[in-house]
Amino acid sequence: MISAINISKNYGGVRAVDSWSVEVKRGELYGLIGPDGAGKTTFFRLLTTMLLPDGGSATVAGMDIVKDFKKIRRIFGYMPGKFSLYEDLTVEENLRFFAALFETTIEQNIHLVEEIYSQLRRFADRPAGKLSGGMKQKLALCCAMIHSPEVLFLDEPTTGVDVVSRREFWEMLKTLKSKGLTIMVSTPYMDEAQMCDRIALVSGGRFLGVDTPENTVKNFDGKLFSVSADSMKTLTADLKAFPDTITAFSFGDSVHLRIRDNDGSIDHLRQYLSNYKNLVISEIQPAIEDCFMAKI
Amino acid sequence: MKVITAHNLTKRFGSFTAVDGISFEVEKGEIFGFLGANGAGKTTAMRMFCGLSRPTSGEATVAGFDVFTQQEQIKRHIGYMSQKFSLYEDLTVKENFTLFGGIYGMKPSQIRENFGLTVGRLGIEKYADTLVGGLPLGWKQKLAFSLSVFHSPEIVFLDEPTGGVDPVARRQFWEMIYDAADKGITVFVTTHYMDEAEYCDRVSIMVDGRVEALDSPRNLKQKFNADDMYGVFLYLARTAKRS
Repeated sequence: MISAINISKNYGGVRAVDSWSVEVKRGELYGLIGPDGAGKTTFFRLLTTMLLPDGGSATVAGMDIVKDFKKIRRIFGYMPGKFSLYEDLTVEENLRFFAALFETTIEQNIHLVEEIYSQLRRFADRPAGKLSGGMKQKLALCCAMIHSPEVLFLDEPTTGVDVVSRREFWEMLKTLKSKGLTIMVSTPYMDEAQMCDRIALVSGGRFLGVDTPENTVKNFDGKLFSVSADSMKTLTADLKAFPDTITAFSFGDSVHLRIRDNDGSIDHLRQYLSNYKNLVISEIQPAIEDCFMAKI
Repeated sequence: MKVITAHNLTKRFGSFTAVDGISFEVEKGEIFGFLGANGAGKTTAMRMFCGLSRPTSGEATVAGFDVFTQQEQIKRHIGYMSQKFSLYEDLTVKENFTLFGGIYGMKPSQIRENFGLTVGRLGIEKYADTLVGGLPLGWKQKLAFSLSVFHSPEIVFLDEPTGGVDPVARRQFWEMIYDAADKGITVFVTTHYMDEAEYCDRVSIMVDGRVEALDSPRNLKQKFNADDMYGVFLYLARTAKRS
């Protein structure tokens, strides 16, 4: 459904997107996972025909992003990272406007987003600018869907949104996916990667790799240990100073440790940390965030 | 010493009670996490503590100054950093610090001395005369934090300081927060990353304008029988009635 081959975009000397190759299947929920400055927004702007690439090529639904830009624009929905609806139009007026742009009507397509719009209907006459953050996000998703697109591009839809609303939003995406929609979504929150069929890890314009969330975790290089003790504030620094340590990163109430796999290195570590009370060291399954940090 | 005291602090907008009688105290040098769902009233509360919004009723002091009558003194004694990057991109690193130091009434000699210490700590002496706009994002975030504590405030308010920052830089950022707290600067921080809630000495969770829970992460997890702060947050946020 989406295919990019070695696509690049530079701004001055900065390689915002450096030779990315991506294949997204029809009906797939594909995640672009990476922090600010990774190139996620630029990549969306290339695929949505808002920017011309400096190298490489890409197609959406078999159409070329440069030659067929007018046709492509009819078949995707795009939710930019910044709220971009008309704040002084009401909820319903915004929806009507986007439907009209694509020569369709609310009535014709509202069934596609009925579960989401049903929560908005009681605010139908409220100006979009006066909605709460969570409701604005739901309206933006409805507006991106109202012309019945084949592909949905969602640029950081959950940034700055609390964890409860974020979870709700991903449930909505699963509902849309079940209707056969292809969805490409970006997020800086590593914990959301689990919700995607496949994830691409990106950072600083580089494409670090793509796989299912399960395989990304399975292919983690080496073993990962969780270390916790009573005085966490000094523990990270002490672990970083341990000779066999590769990396030590605080992770909530424990420290995640990668260590050179020598015989007895964990025993040495226990001795090294023997001053700590309630010391717990255990091997754990890495999270996506661990995988990401091991790759950058 | 208490750096923040709040007693029944309330803010109404017309018939809407954004902050509904919150009461708590924050100790000097404490890292205080201020959590809540979108729309729970965090930003409104923070604006009152920063002297930017007058409360409707209740009492509160920040750095010993009254939020009703001494808003200007409050602004001089606090630091503030938001997720939105706020340095001037078309000024150099040094020019930014000189400008902000001047605004806070620091002496030129003091600005020079503090600036030397700051760039030394960040290891960016070479970039003192580089335009801020050209620096990598992770550095900008660290500079913004350094700037927010440059005038040695008693307390610094950090509003989602790590949003969108890469996971390694996010952890380095927290090491800077620890350093500041060790020097006695009180840290008042909001975040949507639940692992970061674990790094705070105490965490408060707002629901519908009220502080529904306030304790150390360990005690909160015990009280709500949750494995992590995410579980605690989810439990409380689900009780919210506002949308």
